[in-house]
Amino acid sequence: MTACYHCGEDCIDGYILHEEQPFCCEGCKTVYQLLSHNGLCDYYDLNANPGQSLRKPIRKDKFSYLEDDKIQQQLISFRNEEQTHINFYLPHIHCSSCLYLLENLHKLNRAVVRTTVNFSQKEVDIIFNHGKTNLREVAELLTNIGYEPYISLNQLKDKKPRLPRTMIYQLGVAGFCFVNIMLMSFPEYLGLESAEKHLQYAFRYLNLILALPVLLFSAQPFYESAWKSLQHRFLNIDAPIVLAIWVTFFRSIFEVLTDTGSGYFDSFAGIVFFMLIGRVLQDKTYQQLSFERDYTAYFPIAITVLKEDKELPTALPDIKAGDTLLIHNEELVPADGILTRGKAFIDYSFVTGESLPVLKEMGEIIYAGGKQTGGNMELLVVKEVSQSYLTRLWNQGDEKSTEEKGVSFVHLLSRYFTYIVFTIATISAIYWSIFDSSRIWPAVTAILIIACPCALLLSNSFTNGNILRILGRNKLYLRNAQAIEEMATIDHIVFDKTGTLTTTQQHDIAFEGEPLSKVDREAVSALASQSGHPLSKALVKQLGRNHLTVEGFRDHTGKGIEGMVNGVLYALGSHTYLTGQEGSSEGTRVYLAKGKSICGYFSFRNHYRDTVYELLRDLRTEHKISVISGDNPGERQALEKLAGRNTTILFNQKPHDKLAYIKHLQRRGKKVMMVGDGLNDAIAMRESNLGIALAEDTNSFTPASDGIMESMQLGKLHRFIKLSRANRMIVMASFVMSIVYNIIGLSFAVQGDLSPLVAAILMPASSLSIIALTFSATNLTARWLKL
Amino acid sequence: MGVIILLLIASIAVAAIFLLGFIWSVKDGQYEDEFSPPVRMLFDDKPGNDSPEK
Repeated sequence: MTACYHCGEDCIDGYILHEEQPFCCEGCKTVYQLLSHNGLCDYYDLNANPGQSLRKPIRKDKFSYLEDDKIQQQLISFRNEEQTHINFYLPHIHCSSCLYLLENLHKLNRAVVRTTVNFSQKEVDIIFNHGKTNLREVAELLTNIGYEPYISLNQLKDKKPRLPRTMIYQLGVAGFCFVNIMLMSFPEYLGLESAEKHLQYAFRYLNLILALPVLLFSAQPFYESAWKSLQHRFLNIDAPIVLAIWVTFFRSIFEVLTDTGSGYFDSFAGIVFFMLIGRVLQDKTYQQLSFERDYTAYFPIAITVLKEDKELPTALPDIKAGDTLLIHNEELVPADGILTRGKAFIDYSFVTGESLPVLKEMGEIIYAGGKQTGGNMELLVVKEVSQSYLTRLWNQGDEKSTEEKGVSFVHLLSRYFTYIVFTIATISAIYWSIFDSSRIWPAVTAILIIACPCALLLSNSFTNGNILRILGRNKLYLRNAQAIEEMATIDHIVFDKTGTLTTTQQHDIAFEGEPLSKVDREAVSALASQSGHPLSKALVKQLGRNHLTVEGFRDHTGKGIEGMVNGVLYALGSHTYLTGQEGSSEGTRVYLAKGKSICGYFSFRNHYRDTVYELLRDLRTEHKISVISGDNPGERQALEKLAGRNTTILFNQKPHDKLAYIKHLQRRGKKVMMVGDGLNDAIAMRESNLGIALAEDTNSFTPASDGIMESMQLGKLHRFIKLSRANRMIVMASFVMSIVYNIIGLSFAVQGDLSPLVAAILMPASSLSIIALTFSATNLTARWLKL
Repeated sequence: MGVIILLLIASIAVAAIFLLGFIWSVKDGQYEDEFSPPVRMLFDDKPGNDSPEK
């Protein structure tokens, strides 16, 4: 098979040779011509076959709505008399060639002033001269070279918030102050001559000044978190940490002002600095992914409305009940409506999980969320977008926010820790009040300083951060660190079937009936290749493409197709279509008729992903498993064989049923993980303790979830869970280690003579060794699990 | 002794410059896209093509 020079896909139907390079289709060749004409062939030198296949034509008027002023206003980020700035999301950006081509866009369209690609966000900022070109032309140019901008309804709302940078600044300031305080504490540790008293003052007061930004600015995240927890009457780990920070600071100030010592400013700044590093590491988010997507990211931004025989592109929120919509092939139905013209053949797989498109006749109601496949249709809107079935479905689970899913065990641990510390502090206070009341104050403050649970926080945030990174390397992107802990406690896993356990790209096809001759097989394939129905496409793939001609082809959308091949009439379709009688409803079948007689049928089975068998076998040993599917029960037997006897298998589950099932499990005290792929699983995923969305690649649309996993990685799920369980072990182990440090420190502290030097050695030593331990432990575990 | 104070101030000032540099680089968005800039500088404009307007 020859690979296309432009897109690298196999040229199934032969190839077009142009300047000695093979191309799979006219589209790819056109792009090549355009680029070579403009001297942009470096595109092909930087990476092999960097392009996007252009075999699927894109409708000519697709971007006509960009001419609408109101829509333009909401999309563009800046405009003056001459220039317009626009930001597009281009999901196809994937390599340096893309970067090269997009940043040279001005060579293809002179009116483009400058393009800047943000690679990690897959966004491009374009500045163009709106006197010479317009938004639509720019969008079409991008589409023509294979980078179709993805413009969805949620871009109509407020601009995306920039990444929060405050914590980075806080980290920078803390680092600056920490290092300088450290530097200026050295003279005192190394022994300043008492004759140089004024130098000592200078160092101490400079330290004090440098410590102020740490206290007032860098430590803010801890104050916020602690304050929030107190408002909820819940003691989290940050509360004792804030206490320790303050005690350290105020004791240090007291010492400096009363000239009794040099204070612990270096330890104070150091601990804030290390804890901030841990936070930043743990909060590292995946910029290109969005876990909060709602229906607005799925919907297009505008749709064609028919008004007095004119086609008007209209922004989605402006659609009213009573409008007539023109829905083109491959377009999404954005609102519930009644079909008034044309034939609807709607692919609901994303919304309901049914794997095959549904035929709707005129007068029938069509729910939002489906994708029209095959021809144009007209739709009379009965409910606005915000009232439609899909939107309501989406908003349903909203009462419970995902934030409140659980409490980290670290907080509970820190609470016990705090109680113990307070007890020790009280005992030593009582002890010293009897023997030497002048040492109460130094002893108690020293205990509080030493015993701050920062080691616990450090080990937790560094372990979490590293595990998130390891999972990310394996293409499982979790929303936050809390999700790791949720994953560790899971005891029941619910899988969706269509698109999750099975793949939509492949079918297992078997012919039942008299074996077909080679001639018949070729004829069937030729006939099927005329139709765009997913089953026809699968048949062609199975039987192999050929170039037989089909005469008198007729497509009865949703029912079947027929045509003459080699002078014989062949027909493919449902039992009802071929015989006029209702057939068996078991499984998905396509009947074949040759002439007048039925030869048999092709049975279609979803193809299970290769790793599913082993995955389910491994998971079964430790977890309960359920499979719920929106599909018909035609595959019960195959699934039972795959999933084992103890697995609950449910069919014909609507989104609400899935939600109810998850709730039912949770009521019985189960911790449920839901693995799904589509909107139909969205509310169930939100309700579950951990919802994982499966995506063919990270560009594709996924519903709101706690994690996004690339579907090729499904087989690793078992090991992912094991890694997340290791998380708790590692945190505990490093916590035990930190307690050893604490005991050493406390033995100094209870005596009331914690010298700043001891604190200064103990603090970084414990922090660094904890960081080293957590990193090596998580990496070793990951290697052992072969992740 | 005064010279030590002077040196102290100088060293903190130098460190402060680096801190400002760091803040400036964050503000500039240098850490938001770590892929494009190193690749971008390797693209060379072929002779004969007009360079992009800056």
